[in-house]
Amino acid sequence: MKNPISNLQKVFESRIRLGIMSALMVNDTLDFNTLKGLLGLTDGNLASHLKALEQQEIIAVSKQFIGRKTSTSYKATGHGRELFRRHLAALEKLINQK
Amino acid sequence: MESESTNPNNDLRAIRDIMERSSRFLSLSGLAGIFAGLCALIGAFFAWFFIFDSDKERFGEFLYSTDVSITSGIGLYLSLDAILVLVAAIVGAACFSRRKARLAGQPVWTTTTRRLIIHVAIPLFTGGIFILILALRNHLELVASVMLIFYGLSLVNAGKFTFSEIHYLGLTEIALGILAGVFVSQGLLLWTIGFGLMHLLYGSIMYYRYERQKKVE
Repeated sequence: MKNPISNLQKVFESRIRLGIMSALMVNDTLDFNTLKGLLGLTDGNLASHLKALEQQEIIAVSKQFIGRKTSTSYKATGHGRELFRRHLAALEKLINQK
Repeated sequence: MESESTNPNNDLRAIRDIMERSSRFLSLSGLAGIFAGLCALIGAFFAWFFIFDSDKERFGEFLYSTDVSITSGIGLYLSLDAILVLVAAIVGAACFSRRKARLAGQPVWTTTTRRLIIHVAIPLFTGGIFILILALRNHLELVASVMLIFYGLSLVNAGKFTFSEIHYLGLTEIALGILAGVFVSQGLLLWTIGFGLMHLLYGSIMYYRYERQKKVE
């Protein structure tokens, strides 16, 4: 049998990144402020985690103008969804093993 | 020996919590339901005792009259009465939801809130327009039924984005609406049960389930 821990994704070890991804799994897109309120984070903290997820192509970023303000919204990529599913399955296996 | 750095149980719990909070509007307060129910009861009371003068015949005549106008007489009073109830209930829902969100330290205006409002508004506006069509074609006997049915559909839609009680309240309203379509002479009574008593009932259930214990903590 394969070791389930090998399917745990390093990137989701951080509770914050896990939280961002959980929210994006059940919402098509979310904007920065919604994520901020949801996770109760500061701008800088959230931005750095989003950057990390973006660099690994787990989430995609799009900017649009609402009036004169820019609004940044985020969505999970297909690759990101697949990684998250694998991570969840690994977590479940770990629990069932006990 | 525990050597892993993560606790999978806690992780799964956190995932579930975020998924739920991000996709459901949890600031809807049971008090909003209770308030809406009271508004509807007052509105129905006013319609029956003042506009129809608690006169069954007058009510029956009105249902089948062929020259109603919504700009004068009974038609106007009833429309104003209904609009006042609707506006009061919506303002109440907004205020109580803002209060609940503030108490919980959660933002009230989120993507989910917008989604909820859009999904409620589509069947509600469709129903509103359809009621105007019914009024113009002198089918007043069906207005109570149509109000209940379209409002019920709105709530079933809303149920996907908020507490599951809303889904069941929606189904109840639809059932009452269908009854009101069959027993048209009981339209006002069924309307009062649907918009008045059912809101009080479901509002109280939601308040006791989700809000009361939290105050004790």
